[in-house]
Amino acid sequence: MAAIPDPVRVLVVIPAYREGKSIGAVVTAVREHFPYNVLVVNDGSPDDTSAAARGAGAIVLDLPCNLGIGGAVQAGFLYARDRGYGAVARIDGDGQHDPQDIGRVLEPILNGTADAVIGSRFLGETGYRGSIPRIFGIGFFRALVNLFTGYRVTDPTSGFFAINRRLIEFYSAHYPSDYPEVDAYILMHRLKAHAVEVPVRMHARAEGKSSITTFRAMYYMVKVTLSFLINCIRRFG
Amino acid sequence: MSRVTALSICASAALLLYILEMVRRRRLREEYSILWLSGSLIILVLSVKQEWLILLAKAVGIAYPPSFLFLVGILFILLILIHFSIAISKLHQMNKRMAQEIALMKNRQGQQADP
Repeated sequence: MAAIPDPVRVLVVIPAYREGKSIGAVVTAVREHFPYNVLVVNDGSPDDTSAAARGAGAIVLDLPCNLGIGGAVQAGFLYARDRGYGAVARIDGDGQHDPQDIGRVLEPILNGTADAVIGSRFLGETGYRGSIPRIFGIGFFRALVNLFTGYRVTDPTSGFFAINRRLIEFYSAHYPSDYPEVDAYILMHRLKAHAVEVPVRMHARAEGKSSITTFRAMYYMVKVTLSFLINCIRRFG
Repeated sequence: MSRVTALSICASAALLLYILEMVRRRRLREEYSILWLSGSLIILVLSVKQEWLILLAKAVGIAYPPSFLFLVGILFILLILIHFSIAISKLHQMNKRMAQEIALMKNRQGQQADP
């Protein structure tokens, strides 16, 4: 099972919860543009997410219960680690991320110039506009990441990224349960990983709502900040 | 013997016996019973040995000795709750790992080709 890692073998990981209406189109679009295997991690959805993803030609991991985004993405990392993939690209299943941008996000990984590449809505003329609280939250996390890690990030909560084998292995063992993106910067900083941002386009979501409602925003801010700061002083064995 | 003394002896003795019985019947694991047992035992001993209670209360500056029993009770409740939070976090982590492993195993068994 433990294949020898091939640095240019790529797995596209798409975590999905209740994305039955959009997941098929996302998987199809990825497969149309790239020769990579697509893995959909179905995070215990009650709808037809799993069947729709299979129907579109994705490999599917069905989690027996809902783990939250971090646990689902980590299951994808475990799969990639066990099957010897050299790189993982992770995109959303709701159609917000443009699958064509996968190429741009993967390029520095494949030519070995970065350990992690994060797609940013705010670089270049991507035309992203968010609500005021969301912009405030992003500004807060941007400052937090810049202050504690030195990474100059523009889009710290982006879930569109690619990582190399080294980070696949590390994240397989250590990855935050929920809201993992901001935390991931501390983990990368602790590993002295080379992380860069590239511009990506963001579409209005095709189906479903953001996993972050206004009501949960405060909890999100507090939880992410706490776990970010704890990760600064934690040991990773 | 005052009524409050009698009450505290009865209550702590009952708690002690109840916990022991739960452990004996394997309804409660030993590791989760230690804090309950030591807490109720200390309260029981201090209820019986009033002079020790008065001494300890004086030592920490509590004017009304039975208050010291409340203090001991609250401290043990705190410890037990922290213990539970840690245990739940551990279970959460194990549960996550198992769910991930199950998904990976189901995938392997389903013979979904990974070309």
